[in-house]
Amino acid sequence: MTTARPAPPGTTGPAANGAETRRPAPRTGAPSEQQDTNLQAPVQQDATRPTHVDPSPATGAQSLVRSLEAVGCDVVFGIPGGAILPAYDPLFDSRLVRHVLVRHEQGAGHAATGYAQATGRVGVCIATSGPGATNLVTPLADAMLDSVPVVAITGQVGRKLIGTDAFQEADICGITMPITKHNMLVTDPADIPRAIAEAFHIAASGRPGPVLVDLPKDVLQAQTTFSWPVETRLPGYRPTTRPHSKQIREAARLIGEARRPVLYVGGGVIKAEASTELADLADETGAPVVTTLMARGAFPDGHRQNLGMPGMHGTVAAVAAMQKADLLIALGTRFDDRVTGDLSTFAPEAKVVHADVDPAEIGKNRVADVPIVGDAREVITELTAALRTADDGGREARAERLLPWWDQLERWRQTFPLGYDDPADGTLSPEYVIERIGAIAGPDAIYSAGVGQHQMWAAQFIRYEKPRTWLNSGGAGTMGYGVPAAMGAKVGCPDTTVWCIDGDGCFQMTNQELATCAIEGIPIKVAVINNGNLGMVRQWQTLFYDERYSNTELGTHKHRVPDFVLLAQALGCEGLRCESKDDVDRVIAQAMAIDDRPVVIDFTVGADAQVWPMVAAGTGNDQIMAARDIRPLFDDPEAGGSDEVPA
Amino acid sequence: MTTTHTLSVLVEDKPGVLARISGLFSRRGYNIQSLAVGPTEEEGISRMTICVTVDDFPLEQVTKQLNKLVHVIKIVELEPATSVQRELVMMKIRADASVRSQVLEVTQMFRAKVVDVSPEAVTVEATGTEDKLNALRRMLEPYGLREIVQSGMVALARGPRSIAAHHR
Repeated sequence: MTTARPAPPGTTGPAANGAETRRPAPRTGAPSEQQDTNLQAPVQQDATRPTHVDPSPATGAQSLVRSLEAVGCDVVFGIPGGAILPAYDPLFDSRLVRHVLVRHEQGAGHAATGYAQATGRVGVCIATSGPGATNLVTPLADAMLDSVPVVAITGQVGRKLIGTDAFQEADICGITMPITKHNMLVTDPADIPRAIAEAFHIAASGRPGPVLVDLPKDVLQAQTTFSWPVETRLPGYRPTTRPHSKQIREAARLIGEARRPVLYVGGGVIKAEASTELADLADETGAPVVTTLMARGAFPDGHRQNLGMPGMHGTVAAVAAMQKADLLIALGTRFDDRVTGDLSTFAPEAKVVHADVDPAEIGKNRVADVPIVGDAREVITELTAALRTADDGGREARAERLLPWWDQLERWRQTFPLGYDDPADGTLSPEYVIERIGAIAGPDAIYSAGVGQHQMWAAQFIRYEKPRTWLNSGGAGTMGYGVPAAMGAKVGCPDTTVWCIDGDGCFQMTNQELATCAIEGIPIKVAVINNGNLGMVRQWQTLFYDERYSNTELGTHKHRVPDFVLLAQALGCEGLRCESKDDVDRVIAQAMAIDDRPVVIDFTVGADAQVWPMVAAGTGNDQIMAARDIRPLFDDPEAGGSDEVPA
Repeated sequence: MTTTHTLSVLVEDKPGVLARISGLFSRRGYNIQSLAVGPTEEEGISRMTICVTVDDFPLEQVTKQLNKLVHVIKIVELEPATSVQRELVMMKIRADASVRSQVLEVTQMFRAKVVDVSPEAVTVEATGTEDKLNALRRMLEPYGLREIVQSGMVALARGPRSIAAHHR
């Protein structure tokens, strides 16, 4: 039921009433007349986006909304408030831009990130001045560290009030300077279309990242003209995407000479849409592939050459391969401390080919023997082409030379597979739950996660076969990322099943967005891996703080506060609970069968499960523990190691 | 090896550009020794001269990070041997009639100028390299240094070439 309201002047096309929308109608909770009157004009899939608009009069706010329409934005996540209010009036009429009303600005920011990571398009969030804007700080920092293309639009107090400590004033450009790729305060309403065009261009090109556009209220209210397209003026912004051919040849030469190469693949490969090209390169080189936390899905887990994830909680095979490698081919990755461990003992024998679109990453942590600045897809394509014409004997000869290396890799892989034991106390194993979700939902589903043990298990025990199916907060480690990111992903990919694997700690930080999901018709599925504790912190307390559990028990087991099933129901979702192994598949199937509302499952799991393997913080990767007190001796043939590393 | 490097940076003259640059130095742990900003021959473009003491290797990281700032157009490192580097200093020296002529003598030796005089003090202005200005200060300090103000270094490469000419 939609309450009729007069068509805005100058608009044509179907009226709001009864028009088809691609949004599922709200189902549960408290769908009411009041809520329906708040729906904006239905978004029209078939409505054409303006490509050329002659200068025409508009308010700053209209100019903003038309710019968003013209630049290709189809959804914004936000909450209105005083300073941004003028923008919400023309947004109400837009048939091209859907607005999803979130419950907290942090949810808007992570939803924009989840949308961007799932679709590859720029995610957009919108907030008012002051506290609205500062609530975006965490998701912007998160998007910065994970290089996600996000545009944040914030209201600002009127130009005359800036600098006077006015009501709801915050210097959001100053605050977000170190955590955005770029930001801008627009002081002339005529600049709005250019600011939006530049923001989208900067966010999406080169190394992607968040861009914030701050718009004073009186700039939004002022009369101006709107025209499209606009000319961007960015003399200082010219990302290098084409790699240098000499560096490509040099990299190909090193690959031809290598006996123990490893393709070290990062999130840049997913951002550059280079998975197909990577498969060709892997085939041409015959080298093992490791996919970092941000790159899970960039290369299929089912592929024989995939050794899994490297780093602090990576597979023994992936970590050992890098430690013993004589050549690392690093693609769209940044030698993060969670991957390298102690830098001085990381991959001591390896030469390094380092390709990244951001020149500042090359040589930042590890000196590169062959630095290549360029877009990952172009680099990989050219590298494969160079190898095909190289005079090192070709693909077959390279594969032949790597046979001893593969013997070694297979020994590591077989001796130290990823695994877990069912808890001795008979409680439900969290790893088992996550593994079953992955198996039942399959490789076509999208999985988001919060941060902590459940995130690592989701990275380890779900098999990712496709890019953009694994969304998580890798760089910033933002607890609470999971639910809003899943919401954003589901809005971007409405026909795809979206699971959020969350922890009971993370879930309590941002679960209010389930109300958004219920009201807006965004049926995500949330698996709360409820171990009653801040699990990862508890694991460290077990290992490094004499089992003194200072402030890690949340009471979600002992007191069942909150009761996640009741909480889910209160938020308009289906609430399910699973406490035994025998019920896991049935409850997951039950959740899979529900598609008209969000589902939350409280998986009550044991508190003592730990994430293994593990490289303790500050130690070198040679110190990796496959499980507690089990340290692979890479130089001991009996333990899967070898005295003779193939040379 | 830790040395002082002089960076000449062309930037768009936009609000907040100085904060972006100084903020980048501080949050990545680099200490700016001196910084001077002024307009250039081209409208809308400012030139900053930044002196920073770092190892050679982190300097590359500084310039790469600076280059990522959207408002930064170009960065050139100026070597002392191939550039002219100058600072400006003004010193107010306690000098009554009994020592004024001695102060003036030192001032002339350094080709500095007296820009203000009063019965108890003279104000001396000098430009030059850091070494020269330090030497002048050592000579004048014994008379009583009441106040000193010093600009950041500005520098220009020797020869006919211009760094600005290349960015367009």
